[in-house]
Amino acid sequence: MPEIITREAIRLGLQEALESDDRVFLMGEDIGAYQGSYAVTKGFLEQYGDERVRDCPIAESGIIGAATGAAMAGMRPIVEMMTINFMLLGIDQVVNHAAKLSYMSNGQIQVPLVIRAVTGGGGRLAATHSQNFEGWFASVPGVKVAVPSDPYDALGLLRTAIADPNPVIFAEHSMLYGRRGEVPEEPYVVPFGEAIVRREGADVTLATYGRMVYTSLEAAETLSTRGIEAEVIDLRTLNPLDTDTVVQSVRKTNRVLVVEENWRTGAFSAEIASAVHEEAFDDLDGPVGRVNGFDVPAPYNAKLEDASIPTAERIIEELERLYNP
Amino acid sequence: MTIAETLDKTLIADLYRQMQLIRVFEERCNVEYQRQNIKGFLHLYVGEEAVAVGAISALREDDYVITSYRDHGHALARGMEPNVVMAELFGKATGSSGGKGGSMHLFDVSRGFMGGHAIVAGQLPLAVGLALAAKIRKEDKVVMCFFGDGAVAEGEFHESLNFASLWKLPVVFLLENNLYGMGTQVERARAGGRDIFTAAEAYSIPALQINGQDVLEVREAAVEAVQKVRSGEGPAFVEAMTYRFRGHSVADPQAYRERDEVDEWRSQNDPINNFRNAILAQEIIEETEFEGIDKQVTEVVDEAVRFAEESPEPSIDSLFDNIYAE
Ligand SMILES: Cc1ncc(C[n+]2csc(CCOP(=O)(O)OP(=O)(O)O)c2C)c(N)n1
Ligand SMILES: [Mg+2]
Repeated sequence: MPEIITREAIRLGLQEALESDDRVFLMGEDIGAYQGSYAVTKGFLEQYGDERVRDCPIAESGIIGAATGAAMAGMRPIVEMMTINFMLLGIDQVVNHAAKLSYMSNGQIQVPLVIRAVTGGGGRLAATHSQNFEGWFASVPGVKVAVPSDPYDALGLLRTAIADPNPVIFAEHSMLYGRRGEVPEEPYVVPFGEAIVRREGADVTLATYGRMVYTSLEAAETLSTRGIEAEVIDLRTLNPLDTDTVVQSVRKTNRVLVVEENWRTGAFSAEIASAVHEEAFDDLDGPVGRVNGFDVPAPYNAKLEDASIPTAERIIEELERLYNP
Repeated sequence: MTIAETLDKTLIADLYRQMQLIRVFEERCNVEYQRQNIKGFLHLYVGEEAVAVGAISALREDDYVITSYRDHGHALARGMEPNVVMAELFGKATGSSGGKGGSMHLFDVSRGFMGGHAIVAGQLPLAVGLALAAKIRKEDKVVMCFFGDGAVAEGEFHESLNFASLWKLPVVFLLENNLYGMGTQVERARAGGRDIFTAAEAYSIPALQINGQDVLEVREAAVEAVQKVRSGEGPAFVEAMTYRFRGHSVADPQAYRERDEVDEWRSQNDPINNFRNAILAQEIIEETEFEGIDKQVTEVVDEAVRFAEESPEPSIDSLFDNIYAE
């Protein structure tokens, strides 16, 4: 199987859709002439033309709303939000419009819309440019949220997202674009709502997604040297959420931490923790733990930013605090 | 009329000094970014110096300035210490925000510099609010709000113009039209083309377009706008036509514009060279005096880098400071 980086996997998914379905078109800021602010759509404007690769004015509400309208009329728009931070300007169109139309019309309207949004911290971009809002969107009925962590999932989940008749937020972590991984040439999809075990272990479960998959794997390696084997579960989608895979793992390990990059208060990790509590209470040796970013706007200074985002050390400390294994 | 007849020599020298300070400061930032002393996104103001310097020179000390993430030029023109700005870019404890804000989020409330704001168009409603407060308190302050051609597409631009005009608020909307919002040419982003000032007419705001590469023209337009706005007539709108000589940010490969276009602007429309040549031609200031200013400015920037390098990192304990006001 060829190895490619995540950026390339997403490119392949977009190209495939543009080539196989003439209802598909791209909208976004600087996806064309600038070649994409994270270079995902590099060369697309030249290849597909400006009807299908539409550079937009800086108007997130307009972009998401117009894409929603086109989807209502049967097109399959794929929007790029330069970063998820800017999506706050378009959140009304997502939550009050795209998410609601199927229900309010009693199924008369479908919104087959994909919004790709660059998410995450770690880039020294400070408070307004380093946030993770995918967890917020996952709480909205009518919206689906995918959170790929490697090239295989990026392509497989994107295929599922594009085929889905509902609005999907496809959150791409900016720090993962360069990650390498094997991607088969034969067609495949990654269905929504199926978590995957990234590393097996019998002693503790680390349930996580996105960039934190790698932080959790790093913690697992360190734990292993101390004779503790962690099972790392990558959720892959937040809505739908696969709690079964997590619960099954907990039945084996009896210990669990949920690891997530964004702020702790009101975080999606609490949703997962609560689900594990309800489903696996009798299997637990202690409380369900959560390791989240601290409740602080992202600082610019590198040392401070690194201190605000979960690290392998913090995962291990929290494990020791809760379970003293 | 010659330049000397309209302005005194000290002011002319100072306008030049400020523009040159910004130029040298920004070019040095670029170097320090390559050295990884500055991280994240870095948006330079090279080529646009005459706009901030000319416009801010028309303000009183108690007026407000607010702008976007491309904010170093405005910060320096408003009198922020180069040391403190550079230290912020280095993420140091001695920076204007203790290393927490970085390049895109500079603030100096003591000088009425109400920030660099990194969400496009986010500063426009804030400017309206600053002006509203001044109006309610019957202060005769003016708010000068800088923003780019890209910001004009956001709803907040239209909402802000409507508010300011409806309530006759003291805002000078100062549009820096540098012909691109990131890699998108203004004509590709705006119905009605690249002359944006006409949009203000829809909100009954008097508007004009000026050459933003000419510091004296900018200053003159700003003086007039500030005077009108201060007298209580409501907002004014000035569109300064300008050009950024460097990429949108230092990470920008600039695939969207021709090298020739940039070269032409640099060679024909450099606001600093043009000003210097005009002054020399009119024999207001001599070459040696310019050289003295250049030397002094370079020393100031060297010192800012030294100060930033030698300053301490913020302590980990400061991570949670100021999330909430006490
Ligand atoms: C709401 C929002 N959308 C998108 C961005 C990303 N972005 C930052 S600057 C910029 C271009 C702005 O262009 P313009 O207003 O012309 O200012 P200039 O950079 O030319 O000074 C874009 C798209 C952002 N910061 N905020
Ligand atoms: Mg611009």
